[in-house]
Amino acid sequence: MDFFGIPAPLLFGQLLLGLINGAFYALLSLGLAVIFGMLNVINFTHGAQFMMGAFAAWMLLNYFGIGYWGALILAPIIVGITGIILERLMIAKLYKLDHLYGLLLTFGLGLIIEGLFRNEFGSSGLPYRIPAELQGSWDLGFMFMPIYRGWVVLVAFFACLATWLVIEKTKIGSYLRAATENPALVQAFGINVPRMMTLTYGAGVALAAFAGVLAAPIYSVNPQMGSNLIIIVFAVVVIGGMGSILGSVLTGFGLGVIEGLTKVFYPEASSTVIFVVMAIVLLARPAGLFGRA
Amino acid sequence: MAAPAAAGAFEGIDAEREVIWGFTRPQIITFGLMLAFILVAPFFLYPVFLMKVLCFALFACAFNLLIGYVGLLSFGHAAYFGMGGYLAGHAAKVWGATPEVSILIGGLVAGILGWLIGMLAIRRQGIYFAMITLAMAQMVYFFCVQAPFTNGEDGIQAIPRGNFLGTVSLSADMSMYWLVAGVFIAAFLFIHRVINSPFGQVMKAIRENEPRAISLGYRVDDYKLMAFIISAAISGVAGGTKSIVFGIATLTDVFWSMSGEVVLMSLVGGLGTLFGPVAGAAIIITMQNYLAEFGAWVTVIQGVIFVLCVLAFRRGVIGEIGRLLKVRL
Repeated sequence: MDFFGIPAPLLFGQLLLGLINGAFYALLSLGLAVIFGMLNVINFTHGAQFMMGAFAAWMLLNYFGIGYWGALILAPIIVGITGIILERLMIAKLYKLDHLYGLLLTFGLGLIIEGLFRNEFGSSGLPYRIPAELQGSWDLGFMFMPIYRGWVVLVAFFACLATWLVIEKTKIGSYLRAATENPALVQAFGINVPRMMTLTYGAGVALAAFAGVLAAPIYSVNPQMGSNLIIIVFAVVVIGGMGSILGSVLTGFGLGVIEGLTKVFYPEASSTVIFVVMAIVLLARPAGLFGRA
Repeated sequence: MAAPAAAGAFEGIDAEREVIWGFTRPQIITFGLMLAFILVAPFFLYPVFLMKVLCFALFACAFNLLIGYVGLLSFGHAAYFGMGGYLAGHAAKVWGATPEVSILIGGLVAGILGWLIGMLAIRRQGIYFAMITLAMAQMVYFFCVQAPFTNGEDGIQAIPRGNFLGTVSLSADMSMYWLVAGVFIAAFLFIHRVINSPFGQVMKAIRENEPRAISLGYRVDDYKLMAFIISAAISGVAGGTKSIVFGIATLTDVFWSMSGEVVLMSLVGGLGTLFGPVAGAAIIITMQNYLAEFGAWVTVIQGVIFVLCVLAFRRGVIGEIGRLLKVRL
């Protein structure tokens, strides 16, 4: 079976890889969008927190003997708490200033975290095994699909869906949306907006760490794994616009697939294709595909 | 964002009056001190180190032109710095151009690149502008990884310093130093001239209140783009000079961490001050020199400085000195 002269296993293999990358783009840009909506801070530390999630999983396994399934729950909570501490101690001090200071602060925090991990663990990656339950692969007829990779795409999709449900369909979510629109008014109704901001930051960071745990068995766990990813995620955010939750999820997965297809048809451009898409979107729809001007 | 509270706060004070070439009295004194230092320093300090400081000081000044006077935070200035370095190196090594021509080619190409990226980036504001410039710079980085003329991971090595104007050999560090010093002072004065021109006044108006500048009939996008191109071109000159000095142009200069470093230099020295970026570059380069043996700790320390500056020291060194002396530097 061939498609445009490309053997099917290669095509679908790259499509699956694209979907996996897309899953990480979606999870990370979702967290960025939620944090930005509430705090008006673009969280440059996001990549480092993604990396912390992967390292938390590794440390839980190697220091405490807690495996993948425990890490999937515990690592986001632990990293989320560190995020809450950072927000209370530092980020909260900048809300009244220009947004760019928030960006500079979180960039600096990202440097610190990445540097500390590099000092402790070196630059080469640490291995993290796929849990026994998810090893092996399915024969889909046209290709072999490693079970873990299918699992990542599925879980990431449901995590995005759950985030969307919480924000759009629950009471907490309605407070959040209201506070995004007009924090002063929401505060006047007796809702503790500063605490909501803290928790939102913690939740966004936890989402990044969750993505990090998912990524740990696929990519090797190393201190730089977040910083290169986050720049692509920024491009994803610019393309999608941060106005809509579903929009950023869709953009994330879509761009992952586009990247995967580029790897099949024109591999030289695979590392730049997302930036090219960003340039085209900026020319055609400066506010982003789902953004409001 | 460049400490708008500071701008205009000292208006009406005698020290604000322009004395010569758009400099106020405190500024011309500081400029004189800087000039004297540049002239005397190579006889006491290692010229190669000073040349590095001057290249980065110029880079930071170019970056500061955008953030400090138009209010645009570019997080991708490494692209112009690194591209300028590559092109200057390529011109000197492969085309056999003289150093001053090579540096100009570096600046020219960086300016064209700035024109292309600037056109895209000015379509959005604030943090989006920062993210777009960062993303486009990363694209330039990937381009440099793959393009044949950059030699990928190896970089362009053994770039000859050549002969200035085809006659004066620059292989001695001291002769090279005077060229670098000349480039720096000329570009510094050029930036100062831009800031104090009618064009620069509009730039500052955009920084203070963009909707108002639009309502007054200024084509804000044109001004932003022009400022972006100037900043990119001067960054390219800085990068080109650096690669001629060190004889090497590598991927480090196009990587995002370099973009972060120039932000840090300007922030430490004082965003929106004339001399801040120069002081900031001197501080950060000196620090890197002394801390080189600590390896990855340099990143951590840079991060800590970032955090401290943003939380407690937003005016930067020169900004704080200016505040204490009640003058604008």
